[in-house]
Order: sequence, then C-alpha cells, then structure tokens
Amino acid sequence: MTDSVITSNAIKIGHTSYNNPLVQSGEDATFFVRNLDFWYGDFNALTDVSLDIKKKEITAFIGPSGCGKSTLLRCLNRMNDLIAGTKVEGTVLFENANIYGPSVDPVDLRRRVGMIFQQPNPFPQSIYDNVAYGPRLQGVKKKAALDDIVEHALDKANIWKEVKDNLGKNGLALSGGQQQRLCIARVLAVQPEVILMDEPCSAIDPTSVQKIEDLMAEIKDQVTIVIVTHNMQQAARVSDTTSFFLQEVAGEPAILVESGPTSEMFTNPSDRRTEDYITGRFG
Amino acid sequence: MSTPGSLQLVTSRSRIKEALLATLFFACAIVAVLGVALIFAFVAYMAFPVITEIGFLDFIFGTRWSASSGEFGILPFIVGSFVVTLGALVIGAPLAVMTAVFLSELAPPKLRAWVRPAVELLAGIPSVVYGFFGVVVVAPIVARLWGGVGFGPLTAWIILAVMIVPTIATLTEDALGSIPMGSREASFAMGATQWQTIYKVVLPAAKLGIIDAIILGMGRAIGETMAVLMVVGNAPQLFAGITAPIATLTSQIVLDMGYATGTHRTALFGMGAILFIISMALVLTVRLVARFGRAHG
Repeated sequence: MTDSVITSNAIKIGHTSYNNPLVQSGEDATFFVRNLDFWYGDFNALTDVSLDIKKKEITAFIGPSGCGKSTLLRCLNRMNDLIAGTKVEGTVLFENANIYGPSVDPVDLRRRVGMIFQQPNPFPQSIYDNVAYGPRLQGVKKKAALDDIVEHALDKANIWKEVKDNLGKNGLALSGGQQQRLCIARVLAVQPEVILMDEPCSAIDPTSVQKIEDLMAEIKDQVTIVIVTHNMQQAARVSDTTSFFLQEVAGEPAILVESGPTSEMFTNPSDRRTEDYITGRFG
Repeated sequence: MSTPGSLQLVTSRSRIKEALLATLFFACAIVAVLGVALIFAFVAYMAFPVITEIGFLDFIFGTRWSASSGEFGILPFIVGSFVVTLGALVIGAPLAVMTAVFLSELAPPKLRAWVRPAVELLAGIPSVVYGFFGVVVVAPIVARLWGGVGFGPLTAWIILAVMIVPTIATLTEDALGSIPMGSREASFAMGATQWQTIYKVVLPAAKLGIIDAIILGMGRAIGETMAVLMVVGNAPQLFAGITAPIATLTSQIVLDMGYATGTHRTALFGMGAILFIISMALVLTVRLVARFGRAHG
C-alpha cells in the first residue's frame, strides 16, 4: 500500500495523506477511511481498508457473503460499539473529525449518520410515532411541527400516499416493503447527512424495491448514501461509486479489492477478482 | 379410487394412536381447569351458610371479628389483604422491573451471570424463612425507626416486596428479551441514548409482558400466608397506620383453622371464597386493561 502516513495500530486522529491516490479532493469526501482493521474478538474480519465516500453520492459496497461490507458500514456510525468484543484500528474521519476519537459521542454521530437495516425494524408503535421518534428525541414537541415533519418524511420515503389515512396504525401491521419505507421515513425525519443502508432490499417485495431505488435517486442531492447490497444489478442501477470487498481465504481478513466509479467497475474493472465476481464466476 | 403404489397408507392403528394422544393431552389440560372449578365449587358450597347464618352484608362489611361472641365481620381482613398486597407491589414492582431492565439491557455478561441466579434463588427460599427473617431482622428495625411493636403493614410490605421480586423480575426479563434486537438497534441508530432506548422503545414494547409479570406478582402477594402471618401483627382491626398490627384474609384463616367449628368454620370458608373472587377479579381487571391498551395503544 502506498499509504504509510497513518499507522494502523491505534485509533488516533488521522492526518490527511495528500499523496494518497484515493484522496481525490478533501472537500467532497464525507467519510475518509484509512488503514482500517476490524476485529470480532480475535477474528480479524477486515484489514487495511482505505477509501473515501463522496458527499451527496450513492456508494455501493458489493462482495460475496462474509466479505466485511456490512461490518465496514457499521463502523461508519459506530454501531459495532454495541457488539461486545469488537475493536477498530485505523482512521475514520467524518467531515474531517475522527469518529473514534477519545471524546466523540457516538450518540451525536448517529444523529447525523442514519441507518437502515436488512430486516425492517419499525417500533411496535403507530406509524406517526415511529416517524416522530427522532424529532421528539431532539426536543420537537409542537404538534404542528411534528405533523409537518412526519408528512414530509413519509412523502420523501414514497409511502405517504399509502398510509396518510392510517397514521395511527401500528407500524408492524404494514407489509415488509412498507415497513422498510417507514424505517427510511423515520431516518429522514431527523435530516441526517448520511444514510447507511445495510442490504435494505433483500427482505422485501419488488414494488417496494423499486420505490426505494426511486427515493434514493430523489434524495441523493441532499444526503450521502452508502448501500450494502448483494444484488449487483441494484448496485449498477443506483450507485455512483462501487467498492468491491472480498475475503479470499476463509478465516483470513477480508480486504477492499478496489473502488471506483460504478460505470467503470461494471464495464472495465481494473482488478481480475472484481471482474470474476461481477461476471458471476464466484460469490 | 386407486392408491399409488409407492405411498404408504394410513393404518387404522396409527389413526387410533393419534386420536389417543390428542385425547390424553386434552385430558391433561382439562385437569387444571377442573381443579380450579372443583375447588371453587367446594369452597363456595362450604361457605354458603354465611349468607343464612351471618348475612352477606354483615359478613363483608362488618368490622368486628370475635369468634367467642359470634361476630364475624371480615372487612378488616379484606382491607388488610389489599393494603398488604398493594404496598408490597408499590415497593416490589419498581424494584423488580428495574432489576430486570438492568439484567436485560445494562449488565455486563459476567455480572449478569451472578445477579440473575441470585434473583432466581429468592424464589426458592421457603416463605417461613422470609417470615422468620421478618420477625428477627426487619420487625426490630421497623420498631426502632417508626415506633410500635414492629409487626404491621410496613414490615409485611418489605418482606412481601422481596418475595415478589423474583417472580416479576424474571418474567419482565423474559418480556424484555423477546423484544427484537432490531428495535434497539434502530433506536441507537437514530441517535438515541441507552436510557432513551429503554424508556421510549424497549419498555413500551414489553408493556403487556410487564403487566402480566406484575399480575403474577400480585397473585403471589395476595395469596402469601405464612410470611405475612408471622410479621403482620394478627390483630383483627382495620388498617390504622403503617405500624399498627392488622390481619389479612389468608393469615386469619390459618390462625383460626385449627379450632374453628360451626359458624366460625363457615366464616373461614367464606373468607376463602372472597379471597378467590378478589384475586380472580384483580387478574381479570388487569387483563381487560391490558387488552384495552393493546386495542387503543
């Protein structure tokens, strides 16, 4: 690796490495990841990952199962903190701030970096309360303001028309695809700068998939999106940049093979392994 | 009809076996229901003369209990049972729910491995031991701090509260454990703190399970006899303060059971029937409230 400025044996404030080819411009990178290693207990799941996630773009993480793409995604809003025995080394900067810095509050980070999970996980509360959850946490109390936020978020999440007459209905009574869009509305209601999506479409119906892909295209001028997907067509359809991860040997850490503009990655990948994966030779 | 050669046919033997098994399991289920029905029928039958010999209203609302002078008013015991049960719940339920939240949401695994069995062990201590502890340890402390002899509602509340903690805590912990991890993750990913996640997502989602747990704790408290008998003071008088001795339906039945005859004995069965009705009513009320909450929540 060309990057030698940042040592990977400690979590510390990183220094931008301007001779690194991955840094195209410090300005448009929302996330700046350098030499990231991740452990589940003794198992080194990811090693030496360096990449930039550009602002107001859709970045897709692709790769076979177990290649660490969800793990990396969860490093970006420190969700892995919730799993006992995990460890991160290397540098992750969000808007030039080291998110693993000693006094960083993960709670504040997660307010700004929202997340959508593989299994839709609405709270067992009404649709309205689900969407109002985040704003209420942030202290919005006025009914009119909340009403406004809820409608706006549900509308952006392409589900307003389906639920507008039933806002009191329990979120769990919706179909899987509707639940996932409700979860997206819930995240949008807090106006995050980034939305991380962990295989958001793998457990839902095709119509909802379409609606989610549409809404991603609509909101990407306002939010940065990172999506983990098993569906390469989806990555090709929705993303601007694609990063390909691979665990070459079972038990060894996974790596980032390459990252680049989606059109290039899918038509003319520079790495043989990417080409093999994209053309369906493994995975 | 032709039968496909490769498929085995259902034999009459296996059919009979299936039917027998179904009947067996049904019978087992019926035993429990029958048990409750028979006990209630028996108690009600034995208690029936209360109406003719004492008079229903005099029995329920009478405030004097004196077997020697033929006065059988059980209001002091009814009030006593409610006072003891509600006080124990007020102290014990929050304690138990907070214990469960700690175990389920906050405790590091190593600490949980120690605390959980300790809480469960509380359920295995015989109630006479609780009563003994109450007599020897709690009652003197209560007497020193609040005056009186130390035997009365306050002592009973403290002992009963500890006794119902394992019931409520373990069931609440089960209810919390059944909340999908995804709900918590979603809340954390929205920038909620641990406390906000517990208070606004996990507890509301587990509400019905927690109510169930409290009902069972309440059932345990209202039916508890031995420990209450040992610390409550056993004076057949109306509740008159947290240190003034009282008696409950259960404690009075046990005290008098050995020697009661005639109307006195009938009155004891009457108290049993009332106790039965009260605890059924409590359970039903809370269930209805919970159902209402489910339909409108």
